[in-house]
Amino acid sequence: MSKIPLQFRHNGRDVAIFVDGGTNLLVALRELIGDMTPKFGCGQGGCGTCSVLIDGELHLSCLTLAETVAGRSIETLDGMKQGPNLHPLQRAFADHFAAQCGYCTPGMLMAAKALLDRNPSPSRDEVIEAISGNICRCTGYEPIINAILAAASGRVSA
Amino acid sequence: MAVTVKTFASASEAAGALSSDRTARYLGGGTLVMRALNEGDVAISTVVRAQDQALTRIDASGPRITLGAGVTFARILAERDLAFLHAPARSIGGPAVRNMGTVGGNLFAPSPYGDFTVALLALDATVAVAGGFGARDIPIEEFLQARERQAGTLVLSVSCTRPASSDAFRYRKIARIKPKGGSVVTLAAHLPISGGRIAGARIALGSMAPTQIRARAAERALEGRSLDAATIAAAASAATEGTSPSDNALGSAWYRREIVGVHLRRLLSGQE
Repeated sequence: MSKIPLQFRHNGRDVAIFVDGGTNLLVALRELIGDMTPKFGCGQGGCGTCSVLIDGELHLSCLTLAETVAGRSIETLDGMKQGPNLHPLQRAFADHFAAQCGYCTPGMLMAAKALLDRNPSPSRDEVIEAISGNICRCTGYEPIINAILAAASGRVSA
Repeated sequence: MAVTVKTFASASEAAGALSSDRTARYLGGGTLVMRALNEGDVAISTVVRAQDQALTRIDASGPRITLGAGVTFARILAERDLAFLHAPARSIGGPAVRNMGTVGGNLFAPSPYGDFTVALLALDATVAVAGGFGARDIPIEEFLQARERQAGTLVLSVSCTRPASSDAFRYRKIARIKPKGGSVVTLAAHLPISGGRIAGARIALGSMAPTQIRARAAERALEGRSLDAATIAAAASAATEGTSPSDNALGSAWYRREIVGVHLRRLLSGQE
């Protein structure tokens, strides 16, 4: 079967790859581009650890057909850090012990970024709603919610 | 196994490709078809897409609203004129799923999913489909009864009449995980009132049968009556009639039968 050429923006950089028909965006990012930050969890839309932003909107990369992102802009956790510095959300996650095993963290951070990009000072309920599609089996969610609220209010160590 | 992806500019071309190939599935938001591909579903060898703007159109200005099949739940939530559909749209998935999942795809979502369709069934929606034979409108109940055979048809849009008041349309999804979780039971009620009495009651249930169904016995208990305690009790006790729920990890068939009447009573009496 012939490969399909595909071009899109990946964390501000233009990329061009060849994908097989039916390849999902998660596989394209991890295996063809080498961005290992989005994780494979369930493959069903239930866990959220493959979350990425497509044109600023939160999507599940494992349920996105790769060729549908042609010409669009994809943001992953790999593009979140600001030069040598962590993004305030990453800093807050570290400060508030919001990552334990770390497997859900990339998805949690992208879901949190999608929220704060749209709503810089969310309520606690809005934070809970924003990460409701992301499963964490370690932390009990409270440290994650607190970290996102801290990042939103600027209460983050430098 | 790689699949062939066919992308068309118009919905009618996509409908033609879909109807002529038994192994083809239409890709909407991806939450059903990509999931099947990720699980290695070998029944799908062709994925059909259409980049037709008509499929993502919302017409919510008049008394009758039309939603293109490709309209996502996030877009419904952003539309002030569609406030009556916000509760069912919000009850689906997390934000990412609502950014992806579509009105048309929800019609095909198997139990325990398909909550938005429960709302559309209570609203007596019409489904516009295109097949090899051209386009036609099908009542949603008829569409759902023949859902197994609908894989070769392309849903273009759904339309329904706006409820007369916010009280006339009610929705409730029972889930174990909040705010996100699969449905134990989903209920929607459309209760048009004429001269103090219910005229044209529609009660729709999700996760109480292989597809979303109407609770006809409960509807009969409401029809022509005022919404008082005795009427509500009669409707609630009739809620299980005609249902055939199944067991899954979210709840057993027995449990679903036990609670559906309780939640219908709460829905009809306006309790939280």
